[in-house]
Amino acid sequence: MTVNIGPHHPATHGVLRLIVDLEGEVVRDLKPVMGYVHTGIEKSCEDKSYWKVIPFVERMDYVSYFFQAEAFCGAVERLVELEIPERAKYLRTIFLELNRIHSHLVWLGTTALDLGAISMLWYCFRDRDRVLDLFEMAGGQRMHTRYFQVGGVIEDIPLGFEAKLREFIAEMPTRIEQYQALLDRNEIFLRRTKGVGTVSRERLLELGVTGPLLRAAGEPWDLRKTFDHLAYPELDFKVPVGTVGDCYDRYRVRMAEMVESVRIAEQALDALPEGPHIADDRKYVLPPRSELSTSMESLIHHFKLVTEGYRVGPGEIYYAIESPRGELGCFLLADGSAKPARVHFRDPSFVNLQAFRDMSVGGYVADMIASLGLLDPILGGVDR
Amino acid sequence: MPDAPGLELIRGEIEERHPGAVLDTGFAQERAALVVDPERILDVLRWLRETPGQGYTFLSSVHAADYLPAEPRFGVHYELLNMDRAERLRVKALLADPGEDALPEIDSCVEMYPTAEFQEREAYDFFGIVFRGHPDLRRILLPDDYVGWPQRRDFPIGGEPVTFTYNERDLG
Repeated sequence: MTVNIGPHHPATHGVLRLIVDLEGEVVRDLKPVMGYVHTGIEKSCEDKSYWKVIPFVERMDYVSYFFQAEAFCGAVERLVELEIPERAKYLRTIFLELNRIHSHLVWLGTTALDLGAISMLWYCFRDRDRVLDLFEMAGGQRMHTRYFQVGGVIEDIPLGFEAKLREFIAEMPTRIEQYQALLDRNEIFLRRTKGVGTVSRERLLELGVTGPLLRAAGEPWDLRKTFDHLAYPELDFKVPVGTVGDCYDRYRVRMAEMVESVRIAEQALDALPEGPHIADDRKYVLPPRSELSTSMESLIHHFKLVTEGYRVGPGEIYYAIESPRGELGCFLLADGSAKPARVHFRDPSFVNLQAFRDMSVGGYVADMIASLGLLDPILGGVDR
Repeated sequence: MPDAPGLELIRGEIEERHPGAVLDTGFAQERAALVVDPERILDVLRWLRETPGQGYTFLSSVHAADYLPAEPRFGVHYELLNMDRAERLRVKALLADPGEDALPEIDSCVEMYPTAEFQEREAYDFFGIVFRGHPDLRRILLPDDYVGWPQRRDFPIGGEPVTFTYNERDLG
């Protein structure tokens, strides 16, 4: 029997359509059909100046928006060989880790909801709201803040941000422990996730899967540790790795990652250096507004940047970072004009979805739903 | 990333094994790229994957780009990763536009790297590049009955009129 789990479905974590061949309750074959939220972001970016691309790409994987902004801004910065100041690196690291916590909270809330633990949704979203308050304090918006710009961050953190972040850092580990106390040894949760959706490490590597899924299967691969970028080389954190690679391991890996993210944010906040929050190079970065009334060059730079935008010389680059779902890569092809010639995102959800078939075939439909939740796809990233 | 001399060494070694496969090397912003003859792409990928000193066993991404107006027009990029040494290498294959309604073709690497399945479908969907030997080459993100290859540079940005309620009957 072929069943269509249509794009409108509360358990598919977005508009994902699954065409499932069932034999009774056992899944024999599975085909994901994507593209229901495809809005042609990559094509639209080709018509926008570089700084206008940032709000576009933020909206691809709409839960981990800072990561897309960092992948794009980082790619441009490497292409034009622009160094960002130390303070900006640490601020970016803090926001990336806060975004990782935010993304994992959304994942935990929605996945636990799928498995029946409805209260988890409310607890996780309560904490998520605290993270969004921090983002709003610094960036002016709760989501898709356009806070990361090429050269650093658009504004320094306001007064009171540090105090509020320290409160969050102090309380979050207790909250995570409370969530673990609810789910870690809960019999229903264990029965739904233990031994479910296991895919071997070799198969995951073949399929190009990265992120918590790969780490749960035992491969300690984390781009924060392997490639030096931002403030990660100076911070001390562990990379949680699972053993079996089933859904329960994926859950434990993500919970441990949240704890590590809190530690990273705390260390980065303690070590936050003084200095400018954005680079000085007026060819790419807007001059401070106070200078516009006194300096003619600043006015000209401001005008050029706001009207045409900065030009990025011919070249191409691929820059990848560790998003909450895996390797998020940005391929940027620049042709020397003020608009990119090609912006392509190697989205982890898109590639990880290839493992879904391996996870579900041979198991029950209910196990398929559990696997999908713990795969953590975000359809905005899948479809772009 | 292999540095510039390392890249030339790799090119030299591939030349010994598969002469004429590597057309060019590029090293910019500390990233190494090999430009490869599209007909020999599988040989080069297999060499990079299986040769004991190389070990590029992970394909991070396979994507395409349109270099119009430069010729050859289409570039298929393979971002390879050696996880043991944490080194990335880009392999580029440049395909010319065959003209008229024919589509550029290149061999699919799905057998070597199963991760390419969805990603090659995406390149086909957006650019019309046919991957020979792909088990299921059909559109992935756009509707199945879509006509045109939207990510090509000569496809207009506002490619099709947006359907609102006031014009949906006219647009069909």
